[in-house]
Amino acid sequence: MLIDLLNALALIGNFVVVPGIAYGSQLALGALGVTMVYAVLRFSNFAHGETMSFGAMVTILVTWALQAHGFGLGPLPTALLALPVGMIVTIGLCLGTDRLIYRYYREKKAVPVTYLIVSVGVLFFLSGLIRFIIGPKDQVFADGERFIMKARAFKEMTGLDQGLAIKTSQGITVITAVVIVALLFWFLNRTRTGKSMRAYSDNEDLALLSGINPERVVMITWIITGALAAIAGTLYGLDKGYKPFTYLGLVLPIFASAIVGGVGNPLGAIAGGFVIAFSELLVTFAYKRVVGYLTPGDWVPDGLVQLLSTDYKLAVSFFILVIVLLIKPTGIFSGKTL
Amino acid sequence: MTYLAGEGMCGGYGGVDILHQCSIGVDKGEVAVVVGPNGAGKSTAMKAVFGMLELREGQVTMDGQDISHLKPEQRVQLGMGFVPQSANVFTSMTVQENLEMGAFIRRDDISETMSGVYELFPVLREKRRQLAGELSGGQRQQVAVGRALMTQPKVLMLDEPTAGVSPMVMDELFDRIIEIARTGIAILMVEQNARQALSIADRGYVLVQGRNRYTDTGTALLANIEVRKAFLGG
Amino acid sequence: MNWSLKNVLLFAGMGVLLILVGTMQSWNVALAILNMCLISAVMALGVNIQWGYAGLFNAGVMGFTALGGLAAIVISVAPVPAAWDAGGARAILGLLAGLATIAGGIWLWKKLRVSKTARIWLTALLAVSGYGLMRLILDPAVDAIEAVEPALTGFLGGFGLPIMFSWIVGGLFAAIVAWAIGKVALGLRSDYLAIATLGISEIIIYFLKNEDWLTRGVKNVNGLPRPVPYEIDLQGALWLHDLAAWVGIPVVEASSLIVKLNYAALFLVVLVAIFWLSERALKSPWGRMMRAIRDNEIAAGAMGKNVTGRHLQVFVLGSAVIGIAGAMLATLDGQFTPASYQPLRFTFLVWVMVIVGGSGNNLGSILGGFVIWFFWIEAEPIGLALMNFVTSGMALDSPLRLHLLENAAHTRLMTMGLVLLLVLRFSPRGLIPEVKR
Repeated sequence: MLIDLLNALALIGNFVVVPGIAYGSQLALGALGVTMVYAVLRFSNFAHGETMSFGAMVTILVTWALQAHGFGLGPLPTALLALPVGMIVTIGLCLGTDRLIYRYYREKKAVPVTYLIVSVGVLFFLSGLIRFIIGPKDQVFADGERFIMKARAFKEMTGLDQGLAIKTSQGITVITAVVIVALLFWFLNRTRTGKSMRAYSDNEDLALLSGINPERVVMITWIITGALAAIAGTLYGLDKGYKPFTYLGLVLPIFASAIVGGVGNPLGAIAGGFVIAFSELLVTFAYKRVVGYLTPGDWVPDGLVQLLSTDYKLAVSFFILVIVLLIKPTGIFSGKTL
Repeated sequence: MTYLAGEGMCGGYGGVDILHQCSIGVDKGEVAVVVGPNGAGKSTAMKAVFGMLELREGQVTMDGQDISHLKPEQRVQLGMGFVPQSANVFTSMTVQENLEMGAFIRRDDISETMSGVYELFPVLREKRRQLAGELSGGQRQQVAVGRALMTQPKVLMLDEPTAGVSPMVMDELFDRIIEIARTGIAILMVEQNARQALSIADRGYVLVQGRNRYTDTGTALLANIEVRKAFLGG
Repeated sequence: MNWSLKNVLLFAGMGVLLILVGTMQSWNVALAILNMCLISAVMALGVNIQWGYAGLFNAGVMGFTALGGLAAIVISVAPVPAAWDAGGARAILGLLAGLATIAGGIWLWKKLRVSKTARIWLTALLAVSGYGLMRLILDPAVDAIEAVEPALTGFLGGFGLPIMFSWIVGGLFAAIVAWAIGKVALGLRSDYLAIATLGISEIIIYFLKNEDWLTRGVKNVNGLPRPVPYEIDLQGALWLHDLAAWVGIPVVEASSLIVKLNYAALFLVVLVAIFWLSERALKSPWGRMMRAIRDNEIAAGAMGKNVTGRHLQVFVLGSAVIGIAGAMLATLDGQFTPASYQPLRFTFLVWVMVIVGGSGNNLGSILGGFVIWFFWIEAEPIGLALMNFVTSGMALDSPLRLHLLENAAHTRLMTMGLVLLLVLRFSPRGLIPEVKR
């Protein structure tokens, strides 16, 4: 009886909890980028998915170069070594687009929807650039140990029928996300510059009166956004494989995460990321075998006992988004400011 | 020569002048109060002095120096502090962070100024870890004034600091403002509560439709029958 | 409407470009581009009604286009009797159960006089149980239908009606879905509407890809009946042989040109009709009010205009136009391939058309549809030629050269982004700006 319960837990752990934490971290990092731009520049950046893709692409190119020269991190993926370069180039991209494109609209005090259309232009350009450089196909760049814990090792260790595997990419994702989030919160809440960003996001006019330089705040925002995008994009690519067009599809769950948590609020972005990730997995998980373990005897249900086919994962984030917009449009953490 | 003075100011929004040859000013250690009916251009005159409104005519001088062309941020650097009428605190930040942000342009040690503000407004020391958005109206005004004081300004400009606070809190605030003036800071403020404000004012300006109507000491204006009849309700 | 010299020249220039393609590449290519230009122009008109008239950002153009494609199947394909016998009635019943759940949920949400929490939970309970019921009814039907000769059919088929009906029905499908989305999302901020519509369009595509019993999903529906003659039939006709001989082109080419011209004529009729109607609407008091609301929502609301209500109207109308274009597209393609719907191509490209053409100007949207589609197609050969030129100095097997040539096609995405950004920056009102009345 207890064994059955443990097996059911292992099953859920393997197919929901572990992937959910990893996916939630990726979404949270993505949503943080969207939320930072929203809080400071006050627009919804449709190009954020492509920025993530761009960062991942640069990281992949550097990874290949490192691999070709025999550099590596042993059990860890070489991409980690390449990631700083990806971050720097992506930061450069963000600062460049701001200088060439967004700044003009800031000076003109354009309305948010104009920024939105501008970001669509950036989205187009970047998606073309990425496909031009690396091509539209799948790219493999993960190396090193594939698993931290293999399903079989878990079975042998615990004696359960169900395995619980943890991929290296999942472990790295979670650790990186925790470190990055901690750093970000330390920066926003403890440093003078971070506080000035929060102040600017809270009350632009008063920030000006206090002598806070808006262009500097905007610059730092893009630096953080670019770094976050490169990290999120690379982690997602390591975990699920890199394919340029999937990143456009990521925009929806990322925006859903940011809005569900309260757009503009970093804490909300993280909470939203996990809400969306776990909802997607819980709703599309086939509970067949879990039900089998939890019911007495050898009975197993005929169907998959699945609320929604896996193909509709995206629909889950959409429905949560719509429900939140209807019930509490400001999101869980009533966002607006950093 | 008045320390801070806007002289013969003309200007407004969208080509329509609100101010017509309007002059206001204040000296160090003084409290100057601008009063007048609604729409008299009181707040506009303040904005003009602070550089938030382009002047078509006239000039603003500080310490004898023409500052008419400076942006508000630059005037802050020169030693002007401004407390807007509304949205004058960072609601999502703690009281202490609000004060820190007030001192953003300073690179030296701000702890002394901060304890000075806490001495002036002891309740803020108690609530320094609370979010400014969670404070009462009067306490928020204290945060707002405290934030402006953090730059160690030579001039403090207040746009209706007692808007929406209870009479008791208002008296308290006025006391604090006098205290600030005693430290040698020039205080220029716009007030809706004309009678109380004039009673603490060294200088009083009564504006009507963007023009100076009466200019005198606070006590003199309070004693002036015409002013009393027209603007102070008898 | 403003047929100024500049506008005439712009359209004439567009005509010259198409003629150039006709003479330099082939007339078949030119006509193929023209047909897609016409459809794109209809789509752009639809987006312009929403954005130009009312300032609504609809990022779900792709979804409405695909719904038009769905209409093409449902109307034109012959019914599959075996599939209907296997589970047709049951599938309909399942769908009705789903609809009843939604209606019941809304009714409960609106009418229930209990605390908010209780209302949320009760509605959720109804939604979940109703969904379960629907699945209970629908799932066996779906399995049964999809088991009917999966390689050939495996879906219910359609009504076997002439495919031109689907143009109207496609508009209707899109209108119904737009109404539902609008009811939910139109009160929200502009970027939330954009995100919501982007989401729903993805979900529509997922639905069309996965509900094989209705659409055959990724197995696609090929060979949709045509509203125009088939080439092979034409080639049997004597008059065509005479005509081909007279013009001096092969019969096969002549037949395909005539088919394309037939399509072009049909599309042109639709385009002109929609253009005429939109212009009428724009100039009517309704159109004036729409623009008043767009320019100052708060003031219009304060004057007692029902802003959300008007927005809903315009959102539904614009989406219907997009749905019509979607059905026309499936008709032209002669097939329905859910996997081919990509947001860049079907949503954001249409946006580029509207912005470049001139938001708020119907004529501009048509021109934008033409110009952008033209360059979307021609950017590929132009990009390739450019790359050939750039790489002409390199060794034939240089990896850089091969890479550049291989990926030259993607320059068109970059071009579109660049065009959009440049127009926004330097000519934000587009090629044919809105006429301020």
